[in-house]
Amino acid sequence: MINLEIPKKFKPLASQANQVATEVFRPISRKYDEAEHAYPKELDMLASLIDGMNEGSDIGGAGAAGVRREKSDDGENRNGSNLSTVLGIIELCWGDVGLLLSMPRQGLGNSAIASVATEQQLEHYGGKWAAMAITEPEAGSDSAAIRTTAELDGDEYVLNGEKIFVTSGDRADLIVVWASLDRSKGRAAIKSFIVERDNPGLKLDRLEHKLGIRASDTANFTLQDCRVPKEALLGDPEVKEKGFAGVMETFDNTRPLVAAMAVGVTRAALEETRKKLKEAGVKIDYDIPANNQHAAAARFLEMEADYEAAWLLTLQAAWMADNSKPNSLQASMAKAKAGRTGVDVTLGCVELCGSVGYGENELLEKWARDSKILDIFEGTQQIQLLIIARQLLKKTSAELR
Amino acid sequence: MTTTTENKGMAERGMGFGLRALNRLAGSDLLDRIRIRKQVERALFQGTKNGFRSATAAGRTFKAAQKLGKPARQKKGRSTGLFDLTPDDEQQMFQEAGRAFAEDQIRKAALEADEKREIPKEILDQANELGVNMLGIPEELGGVMTEQSAVTSVLIGEALAHGDLGIAYAAMAPGAVATAIGLWGSAKQEATYLPAFTGEDIPAAALAVLEPRPLFDPFQLETKAKKKGEEWVLSGAKSLLARAKECELFVIAADAEGIGPALFVVESGAKGLTIEDEPAMGLRPAATGRLLIDKVKLPANALLGEGAAKAKDYAACVNRSRIAWCSLATGTAQAVLDYVIPYVNDRQAFGEPISNRQGVAFAVSDIGIESNAMRLATYRAASRADRGESFGREAAIARKLCTAKGMRIGSDGVQLLGGHGFVKEHPVERWYRDLRAAGVMEGALLV
Repeated sequence: MINLEIPKKFKPLASQANQVATEVFRPISRKYDEAEHAYPKELDMLASLIDGMNEGSDIGGAGAAGVRREKSDDGENRNGSNLSTVLGIIELCWGDVGLLLSMPRQGLGNSAIASVATEQQLEHYGGKWAAMAITEPEAGSDSAAIRTTAELDGDEYVLNGEKIFVTSGDRADLIVVWASLDRSKGRAAIKSFIVERDNPGLKLDRLEHKLGIRASDTANFTLQDCRVPKEALLGDPEVKEKGFAGVMETFDNTRPLVAAMAVGVTRAALEETRKKLKEAGVKIDYDIPANNQHAAAARFLEMEADYEAAWLLTLQAAWMADNSKPNSLQASMAKAKAGRTGVDVTLGCVELCGSVGYGENELLEKWARDSKILDIFEGTQQIQLLIIARQLLKKTSAELR
Repeated sequence: MTTTTENKGMAERGMGFGLRALNRLAGSDLLDRIRIRKQVERALFQGTKNGFRSATAAGRTFKAAQKLGKPARQKKGRSTGLFDLTPDDEQQMFQEAGRAFAEDQIRKAALEADEKREIPKEILDQANELGVNMLGIPEELGGVMTEQSAVTSVLIGEALAHGDLGIAYAAMAPGAVATAIGLWGSAKQEATYLPAFTGEDIPAAALAVLEPRPLFDPFQLETKAKKKGEEWVLSGAKSLLARAKECELFVIAADAEGIGPALFVVESGAKGLTIEDEPAMGLRPAATGRLLIDKVKLPANALLGEGAAKAKDYAACVNRSRIAWCSLATGTAQAVLDYVIPYVNDRQAFGEPISNRQGVAFAVSDIGIESNAMRLATYRAASRADRGESFGREAAIARKLCTAKGMRIGSDGVQLLGGHGFVKEHPVERWYRDLRAAGVMEGALLV
């Protein structure tokens, strides 16, 4: 039966996540926006708490570590870890996106490992914090063009290259590095490798100063004869035609998570703006046509509608993953819509609230800065539109470039 | 008019109608062509099971309802409480049948219907056979659905509007009156009016809410109902009613003295009613007309619900209408997407398909994203209504999306075809005109 409400069984999780956001994230939100690169030590205890939550429930956790594709074809409708994870992330990012990204053991590297790791790898690397290193100075969205190489030397791979924009790269225990086994073989030769942070061949170049999500460290690395054991390769070591598609499929699982981040920060801005408008005497009514209300109320309704669209698309993508339905199209739709909505709405809220929204006494201006990254990382708006268009139009990447 | 067939239980006959429509489909190669034979067969099996079960139940409860003298109401829907985007088997049956009907017949008739401002009689008859105007009628009174079925109405509206929005409006408009009476009517009003909507000759009827003025607000009506002794006296004007000239029955929204906005059941014979032709930019197969109400005297019991309907019921009516228009906009938005994809893939410019260009391809992506979101928002509002949860906010959000994004999709549909989109050789110019209606219309349809 068609039902687009949050299932009751996930409400305790969402409410716990909301408490964390309210009690832990919000009070230190501004502090770590100002103290860029300072480690938010408040999160250590919290991370243990969330590990406990994940451990103690069969419905997945609040962080990115929970997404592993469920295999089932019994035809029963399932609400599982993809949906619960998305719900947890929405609440936490309603608190603070930068702090969510700084949560130990909840990195996108963790979700990559969770998606494709073998049992042995899970055992060896489980419980550690993993960051993701894909982007290079000359290869952003075009991840097939990465230049970092991995050469097999006995029982080890030797990695060489440069990686930038590694979220939590300095703080994580592990870095999942994308590298090519053979640059002449193109995207089929691209594999991901787990590199321990204390590997002597992994050199931290610098930490970036950013527009937003300043609580989260963004690291640049050089890999110089960085040796990792053979077992550090994630997935299938063979260079096959479809190999790269497999790597890209992990994004089908993580795009809805980034969409959820955008949904969370968007909701934060809308809720705050609704309060501020009310104080200013503007009431938002759902029955009266928008055009018969105050212009600010009409604008708010428009933004809220876009928010709801992003929220629903995100839930749809997660629900499809829980039910083993191919969701690459819907995952990109969610990411594209939530990413642009996050930016439009948080900026719109600053505009509506005027100097109050623009000033640092409130968090509205911060949310408007934080939201921008969500329309960029894990595939920019334009990349998502490409993915969607290729699927809808049944085009190859050679035809639609 | 009472015959044996009439007494047999309308639910059973309703199922028969569905069967007949499906049987005709099964005989054609349409199902194979669009690869839905399996789904339809499976849905048919389920639907038949349920349909026959409803028929027996209807036969029995019919008498009980008479004794109780209470208005019959459809049950609220139940849910497992889980997030779910899969329609149930019965809904899938309606959906598949509606889609096949839309593709096979509605789409083909649309151009001529738009020009002539007339819905072909055989299309109207077949829509009635499919049961599109019986969804809101309680089982005891000959309806086919045990439970409230806003979602089912949405699925059918979406399916039919994929064929043509104007035809979908014309075909489903009488159902709005039946649903309004089924939801809020008194036992006497139900018994008086609903049987006509379960028979073979379903009357043209209109739920008249919209008024001809800028910035219309359905909660600030200029159509007034004044109390005069025991009688009501109605004056005002209503806009864009489907098949207005043929309408035999109206449910009219008016600002009732001492009550506020309320609905009145008015038969077309009432003195003081006149119809004026009101052709518009779109919705042309519905032959839209304006209803002029000049001091129409009505008995006290013309008030829908005879005093039992509350302000929240009127708000629910407004919002259910909005959901219905969203379902049509969603169906037509999907039609735009399905039409532009092969066009931009085939159309060559600068030596390659225009869809190889991001400027074109990204417009298609956006149509895909926003039409998907329109659908989800519409489903959410409808499913909340079915379970008896508040749905005003969700209806407003769906309406905002279907108005703004729906129109953008209509515009991009024409744009992607360029000059070809501007001429009647392609349906996108019609969809452009029709999609504007979603944000303009109030009332007229109901889920």
